[in-house]
Amino acid sequence: MVAKKSLSILIMILLIISVLLSGCSKNVSGQSNKSISDKKGKIKIGIMQIIEHEALDAARKGFIDALASKNFKDGENIEIDYQNAQGDAPTAQTIAQNFVSGKKDIILAIATPTAQAAYNATKDIPILITAVTDPVKSGLAKSWDKPGTNVTGTSDAAPVQKQFELLKKLVPNSKKVGVLYNTSETNSELQVNDVKAISPKFGLEVVPVGITSTNDIPQALDSLLSKVDVLYIPTDNMIVSAMPIISARCIEEKMPIIGAEEGTVNKGALATEGIDYYKLGFQTGLVAVDVINGEKPSDIPITTLKDAQLIINEDTASKLGINIPDDLKEGAKIVKGGE
Amino acid sequence: MDLYISILEQGFIFGIMVLGVYITYKILDFPDLTVEGSFPLGAAVTASFIVKGINPYAACFFSFLAGSAAGLATGVLHVKLKMTNLLAGILVMIGLYSINLRIMGKANIPLFNKTNIFTGMVPVAVIAALFAICIKILLDLFLKTKFGFLLIATGDNPELVTSLGINTGFTKIVGLMLSNALVSLSGSLMAQYQNFADVGMGTGIIVMGLASVIIGEAILKKVSIILPTTMALIGSVLYRACIAFALKLNFPATDLKLITSLIVIVALALNRYKIGERFKKLFTARGGIDAAH
Repeated sequence: MVAKKSLSILIMILLIISVLLSGCSKNVSGQSNKSISDKKGKIKIGIMQIIEHEALDAARKGFIDALASKNFKDGENIEIDYQNAQGDAPTAQTIAQNFVSGKKDIILAIATPTAQAAYNATKDIPILITAVTDPVKSGLAKSWDKPGTNVTGTSDAAPVQKQFELLKKLVPNSKKVGVLYNTSETNSELQVNDVKAISPKFGLEVVPVGITSTNDIPQALDSLLSKVDVLYIPTDNMIVSAMPIISARCIEEKMPIIGAEEGTVNKGALATEGIDYYKLGFQTGLVAVDVINGEKPSDIPITTLKDAQLIINEDTASKLGINIPDDLKEGAKIVKGGE
Repeated sequence: MDLYISILEQGFIFGIMVLGVYITYKILDFPDLTVEGSFPLGAAVTASFIVKGINPYAACFFSFLAGSAAGLATGVLHVKLKMTNLLAGILVMIGLYSINLRIMGKANIPLFNKTNIFTGMVPVAVIAALFAICIKILLDLFLKTKFGFLLIATGDNPELVTSLGINTGFTKIVGLMLSNALVSLSGSLMAQYQNFADVGMGTGIIVMGLASVIIGEAILKKVSIILPTTMALIGSVLYRACIAFALKLNFPATDLKLITSLIVIVALALNRYKIGERFKKLFTARGGIDAAH
C-alpha cells in the first residue's frame, strides 16, 4: 500500500518536471542527411567541450573561424550552440542527448570523452572531432583513412619523432628523459607508449611518472628531477594546467623541458616542435564545410596537423644557459616569459 | 522529449548509487568516501568483462561483488584498525584508483558495438527504472528484517545494539559492503549506458550522491508516507533534472555549475515555503494519515 502510494508520487513528480521543462524544447525541423546546405533556415551546429582549457578553447576558436572563412557565420546562416560539461562526463552525455533532440545538423566534439558521449548519443548526425589523440582506440572510428562511422575530424597526436629530434639537438648529452603525465588521461597514456617506443632510437631511457591530481606534482617532480637529464611533457590537460609551477622548479634545477604543444612553451618550457590547436581546430572547421556540402563523414579520413611549428622560449633558454643554434632559430617562433 | 528520457535514464542509474550513499550517510551515519573509488570500480570490472565477451548481466553481478569487497576493505580499516571513518574511506578510494587502472589496463575502455544490458528493444529508461525500483524494494524489505533493524540501530543508537550483545562493528561492515556494492553496480550500469568506462568516472560522485539524498529529503520529508529510499531515488532524478535544466537555459557554457547550484537553491527555497505545506495539506486532508503517527 505504502509502496504503491510512493510510486504514484514518484510518477507525479516526474510529470511535474516534464511540464516544467516542456516549455524549453520546441525544436522541430526536417532533417535531410543528403546535403546539409540544401536545408532551409540556419544550419545548426552544436559544439561540446569537456572542460575549459587553453588548448581546447583555441581549437574551438579555430573551428568557428574556419567556418567563417567559408562564409558560414554564426547568427547569419549557421547557429552555433556551445556547451561545456565543466569536467563532468555524465553532463557531457546529457549535452550530447540535448544536441540530438535539438536536431543539430553537425556536432563538434572537443576531446575524447565528449567525442565518445556524442558517438554514444547518435550514429546519424555527423560528428566532427578534434583534440582526440587516437580515434580508433577510443572506439570512434574503424580506421584513420576511412572512419566508417558518422565520426571524422582531426587528431592531436603529437609528432613525437620530431620532438625527440629537437630534444637531442638542444640537449645532446641527455641519457634519461623524464615524462610526467596524468594516469587518468587516455591521450597521455598513448603518448607515453609512443615515447617509450621511440626513445631507444635516440639512445634515451624513459622514466615515466604518473600523477592523479595537480597536488601530486611537486613531489613527483622532485623525485623525477634527481633521476633524469631532461623532461618531456605530453599534451596532458592536468600537467599543462600546472606548467607554471613545473617550469619554475625546473629552471631552478637547470632542467630543460621539451613540451608537446605550444601552451607548455608559453608557460616556461624550453621548446617544442608542436601542434597549434587553433590550426587544428581550423583544419577541423574546413572538414565541417565539406560535410555541410554533402560529403559523408564515414569516407573522410581523420587527419593530424600536417605541419608542426618549432617554438622556443628565449627567456627559459637564457636562464638554463642553453645556446639555441642559429639554424634552429630560423623559422622558429620565439616566445618569452612564462615561469 | 528525449531530454526527459535522458533525465530519467541517468537519474535512475545514479539513483542506485544514491541508495548506496543513503545507507552509509543516513542509516549508518558514516560519511563514506569509498564511493569515489567503487563507482569506477564497477565500471572497470564491467568494461573489462564485456570486452572479454562475458555476459553483461554476469559483469553486473561481478561489479556488485567487487564493490562489496571495497566496502569490506573500508569496514575492516575502520572497525578492526580503528581508523576514523573519513580516513578509512579516503585510503580505500585512493588505492582503488590504481586497482581500477590495473583492471582496465588503460584509462579508458570504449564499449561501442558491444552487447550490454541496454541493447535490445526495451527502452533504456525502462530497464534503468526497473533496476533502480527493484533494488529500492529489495532494500526496503532488507531494512525490515531483524538485521535491517540492527543496521538502523547501529547508526541511531549504537549503545542499544551493544546492549543486545551484538557487535556494531559487524553491522557496520555489512552496511558498508552493501552500500559500495550498490555504488559499484551503478557504475557498471553507467559504463554500459555511456558505452565507455573511464578511470576518472568517480570524480564528484560523492557530491552528487549526497546532494541527491539531501534534495530528495528536503523536498519530500513533509510527505510522511514516502519512504526515505524513494526520496533518495527521486532526489537523484531531480538532481539530474537540475543539470539538464541548467543546460537548457542557454547561459554561457562556463556558468553551468553555478546555474545548477542556483536551481537547486531555488528549488529548496521554494519548497521551504510553498510546496511542502501544500503536500502536507493534501495528504492530511486525505484521511489523517499524519494523525496515525
